Parts: sequence; structure tokens; C-alpha cells
Amino acid sequence: MDFLKYLISGVSLGSVYAIIALGYTMVYGIAKMLNFAHGDVIMVGGYISFCAMMYWELPIWVSIICAVIVCTVIGVIIEGLAYRPLRQATSLAVLITAIGVSYFLQNSALLIWTANTKSYPSIFPGNIELFNGELTISVVSIVTIAVCVLIMVALTFFTDKTKIGKAMRACSENKNAAQLMGINVNRTISLTFAIGSALAAIAGVLLCSSYSTLIPTTGSMPGIKAFTAAVFGGIGSIPGAFLGGILLGIIESFAKAYISSQLANAIVFAVLIVVLLVRPSGLLGKKIQEKV
Amino acid sequence: MKKTFRILSAFLAVVLLVGCFVSCGNNTSDSEDTKADNPNKSDVTGTTDPEESEASGTFKIGFIGPITGGAAIYGTAAMNGAKIAVDEINALNGNVKLELKCEDDVHDNETSINAYNTLLDWDVQAIVGCVTTGPCVAVSAKAYEDRVFMMTPSASSTDVIDNKDNMYQICFTDPNQGIASADYMAENMPDAKIAIIYMNDDIYSQGIRNTFVEEAEQKNLSVVYEGTFTKDTSTDFTVQLTAAKSKGADLIFLPMYYTPASVILKQASDMGYAPTFFGVDGMDGILAMEGFDTSLAEGVMLLTPFSADAQDERTKTFVKSFEELANDIPNQFAADAYDAVYAIYEAILVAGCTADQDCETICDALIEVMPELEVSGLTGTMTWDESGAVSKTPMAVVIKDGNYVLPTND
Repeated sequence: MDFLKYLISGVSLGSVYAIIALGYTMVYGIAKMLNFAHGDVIMVGGYISFCAMMYWELPIWVSIICAVIVCTVIGVIIEGLAYRPLRQATSLAVLITAIGVSYFLQNSALLIWTANTKSYPSIFPGNIELFNGELTISVVSIVTIAVCVLIMVALTFFTDKTKIGKAMRACSENKNAAQLMGINVNRTISLTFAIGSALAAIAGVLLCSSYSTLIPTTGSMPGIKAFTAAVFGGIGSIPGAFLGGILLGIIESFAKAYISSQLANAIVFAVLIVVLLVRPSGLLGKKIQEKV
Repeated sequence: MKKTFRILSAFLAVVLLVGCFVSCGNNTSDSEDTKADNPNKSDVTGTTDPEESEASGTFKIGFIGPITGGAAIYGTAAMNGAKIAVDEINALNGNVKLELKCEDDVHDNETSINAYNTLLDWDVQAIVGCVTTGPCVAVSAKAYEDRVFMMTPSASSTDVIDNKDNMYQICFTDPNQGIASADYMAENMPDAKIAIIYMNDDIYSQGIRNTFVEEAEQKNLSVVYEGTFTKDTSTDFTVQLTAAKSKGADLIFLPMYYTPASVILKQASDMGYAPTFFGVDGMDGILAMEGFDTSLAEGVMLLTPFSADAQDERTKTFVKSFEELANDIPNQFAADAYDAVYAIYEAILVAGCTADQDCETICDALIEVMPELEVSGLTGTMTWDESGAVSKTPMAVVIKDGNYVLPTND
């Protein structure tokens, strides 16, 4: 029974990683850049929904929509101001810019909301009891997992079937060829960022309602873990991000429960190293031959 | 052009000179005033009679604490407590007056050293601080070299006072907190199955846990589970809570600050797990956290030397002044800082320091009188041993309807 409990706790932790990893992998898969500011957009989403609920006293659903709108706008602005001018630059320059944006967001949040810890209200309170109360699952984990699966399916459908999705995949394979085919590359990439940031807002709400504390650095550690999850599952692959996130959560939970809660993080990253040694492109990643 | 410049500089020089005389003049007349006033005023609070003391002048007292940042609830409360004490002492119109300068350290070691240096440049004569343990360890090492007398309201690790004769504490040391918690449990809930969750990359948390476990063993308490976390993993406690629950723990000891504690309370409630939670002084402040659902903290017990709803006259006055100043109910940190200012004040009176002495002379004089000093403050009657640790009696309170009340044994 304990095993099941740890498994559930791992899956609910993993589903938060997975939902963040989806945003990472989406942007990486299409724009071929690591958006390290993703974790901080999550933090902004958390703060916006917190303010909407606590200060403006809006209902939960309205505040989530507020967070999604604000994050989408921020995502598009970041892309337009910080990443678009560097479209032709080396990927290292873009990476450094992303780290800069990440610090910019953190420090802006520090100025606006100060560093005082805010306690995020439970938006999905309660829990479900199974086996005569032997096993309890909190509602928020179930919601997180459901939302995660829903987003994964929707994104897969979107990139596989719709016209815009096809345009995205075309951009990801070859930007110049896509442009010659009449695809507006800049607009497609902006749209990718808009979707990625909207996902970040939802992830922010779910992250904060699971882990209740909100500070300007709330997004950074989950951001790094989710990035690890995305790499673990094969960065650029949408089902891979989901799988990677869930597995990472389960490994972390079992490591804490059965090996040592002090070494949990070390074990997680050790597993990542082993996986990457055996499968360098991640669990579900495609190996792409580069033409020289 | 040259001429105007010359006139201007001459004018400036005159202004500066006059300014100098004016300020000096003010000073002398001030001290004369206070001397003249003194016989009419009687001692109100101190155990030492200020009239008999040779101490005189306006002493520069520095304060270092997190006024912004994650631990700001402690820092601002302590700062306001110190301000109230300084105002009260100055209102006595005794020979000794205090001037307070507060510096922010954001609960960060390097910033704290900078704050300390700012105070040194201001010619500080004694320091109330630092409020949190990490920065206090860093600053006290510097202050030991520079010979500045320091009295921390709330940095409770023994690392703060170890081998530093200039360093004194108002709060209990971590070992004392661990021992006192275990003693309280042994007396009031001897059959409890105890789980401990602590932060093993934090000396405060680790320190209390170590002595708690030792004392619990001696008192035959049963500790069924110990879980750890670090700064990076302080968001998810479901595994630790699940383990504690499956080991049958009905009392969870949380030697940590309130931020992780608030997450633990929430996740336990999400899991439908409701043991008794037992915190230490770091738990103080949880009710003031923005957005925190105080019903989660219902029934949480903590060890604190101060309760704002105590009925003695001094506490009542303090709570009233605090409400006027900060529009809030004072916590233990406010009371600790208030007592720290009074302790320094009493020590200055006993030692007979004068305000023209430098911090080194004052430091040595105060160190000499500290072991004999007895100060009765908001947090009890305090005496100090030579290590700098305080001895006073802690009190357990329980959170009920968002307030601290004394536990009823039923």
C-alpha cells in the first residue's frame, strides 16, 4: 500500500513537471531554442492569478483566464523584443538572452510583488479516499494529470492535423524552405511562443495550487526539473515531455521514500545521465541526421 | 567668474563653520536639559536605577535584520519592537538616550556584512541583531574582530555565540529549543508517536533536530519517522507526510521557518492527514503570511517565550504601542528585539558607559557586567552565562481561531 501511495505522490509531482515540460518542448521543437525564461513566465502566471483572486476578488476561472491572457501577451512581447532580433545569431547568443530574460522577469516580480512569500489559496481543495481511507489522492493532482493529458492530446492534434500546426513543423524542419513555400516564419514562431506561454500560465496555476508558496523564484527550480524532464523524454517530442515528466516525478518520489530524501535530487540527475548515455536523444526523441 | 567663485566658497565655509557650532551648541544644551529634567523623573521599567548610574549620553545602537525578503516578517517585527523600546527609553528622559539606525540584510549573509559595515561607518556603539541565524553567524565573526557588542534578538544557533565573548542572545539557543520541545512533549503527551521533518541544509533546523532527538531518547519518547528536505526540495512534502502517516505518527515536529511549514500544513490537509503539528520559534509569523488560510494552522502548537494575549501590564502597553506603530499584533520577534534593546540599556547603566567612548571600550565594559545582569522583559526574566546564551523559561502556545492561546489540558 505504501508503494501505491508513493507512486501516486510521484505521479502528481510528475504531472506538474510534465505540464511545464510541454511548454519547453513545444518552443524547442518549433523554434529550436531553449527558452530558459519559461519557468519565470510560470511564476508570472502564478502571481497574476493570485492577484486576480486575492486583490480583485475575481472567480477562479476568470483569474486563470486573466493569467493566460497576460502570459500570452508577455510571451509574444519577449519573443518580439528579445528573440526575434537574434533569429540569425548563434544559438548560444539566444540561450544567453533567454537567461537574461529569466533574470529580468524574476527581478521585475521582486519589484512589483516584493520577496515576501505569498501563500497561494487552494483552488481545488479536498481529496478522494480509496480503500477505506487507506489511500488518498488530492483533487489538485487529479486535475493536474487530467489537464496534462488533455494538453498533450490537443497539442499533438494541433501540430499534426491543423494547417498552422503543419506550418510550425515546416518551420522547425527548415526555416528558409518554409519561407519559400509562403509560410510567414516570424508569425508562426510568435504563435508558438503565445501557445507556450499560455501553457505556462496554466502550469503556474497548477504548480502554485499544489505547492502553495509563491515567491519570485518559484518558477526556477521546477523550470530546471521540467527542462530535465523534457530532455529525458526527448526534447521536441510532445509525448516525450509528458512521459519524461511523469517518470521524473516517480523517480524523485521513490528516491525520497526508499533511498534517501537528502539524495533525491542527485539520484534524479544520475538517472538522467544514464538515460542520456544510452539514448542520447532521450526516451522518445528522434535521431536526426545532420547533413554536413 | 573667479571672484564669484571665491565669494561663494567663502560663504560656504562660513555656513559650514556656523553649522558646526550650532550643532555642537545643540548637543550641549540637550544634555543640560536632560540633566535638569532627570531628578523629576522616576525609573519606570529598568531594574537598575538610572539615577545612580554614571552612564550618560546618546548611544548609537544599530539594528540589522531582514526588512525585505523572504524572512521580512521577522525582521520588520523585530525592527518595530526595537523602535518601541528606544522610544520608551528616550521618553524616560534619563541620562542615557539611544539613537537607532536600522539596516536591511534581506536574510542574506553578504548583504548583512554590508549592513554591518554601514553601521560601523556611522560609528555604531552596540548592535541589536542580526535577526536570522545565517547572517548573524557571518556578522558576529566580523563584530568579534572589531570588538562591537552584539545582542541578537532571535538568531538561535549556538554557532552565533560560540567562542565570541561579544555576542549575546535574547532567544533560547537551538539546543535549548530542541530540549524544551522534547521536555514539553514528554510531560504533556508522553505516548505520542513523533515524526520529525527538518531541513538538513539549514543549521537552524538541523541544530534543533539534533538536540531534540537526543533529549527525546533520554525521555523515552518514540520517534517513528524522520524526513528531510533541502532548500531546493522545499515545495513537495507528500512523500515525507505519507511516510509519517503510514508509520502511524500522530505528532509531527517541525523545526523550521514558517514558509516550508505552511506548505506542509497545506499538503497534509490535502492528504486528509491531521496529526498535531509542533513548531518552534520559526513557526511564529505563519499567521501573518499573505494569502495563508489560517484555518490550516488551527491546533498547531509552538514554543514561544512571548504571547501577545498575556495579561500583564507591560505586555498590554507593548501590544498597544505596536498596534499604533505597525497596525499589527506583535509576534515573539518584536518582543525579543524590544528586550534586546532594554538589555543593552540596562547593561550600559550598570557598566556606567558614556556616549563618547568608542565601541571597543563599551564592548569590554558591557561584557564585564553581562554575567551579573538580570533583566526582566516581555519574554521573561533573563540572565546570561559567559557563553552568551540566555536562560529563561519557554512557554507552549496553541493556535486557536488565528490567535495564540495557552493550551488547555483536556
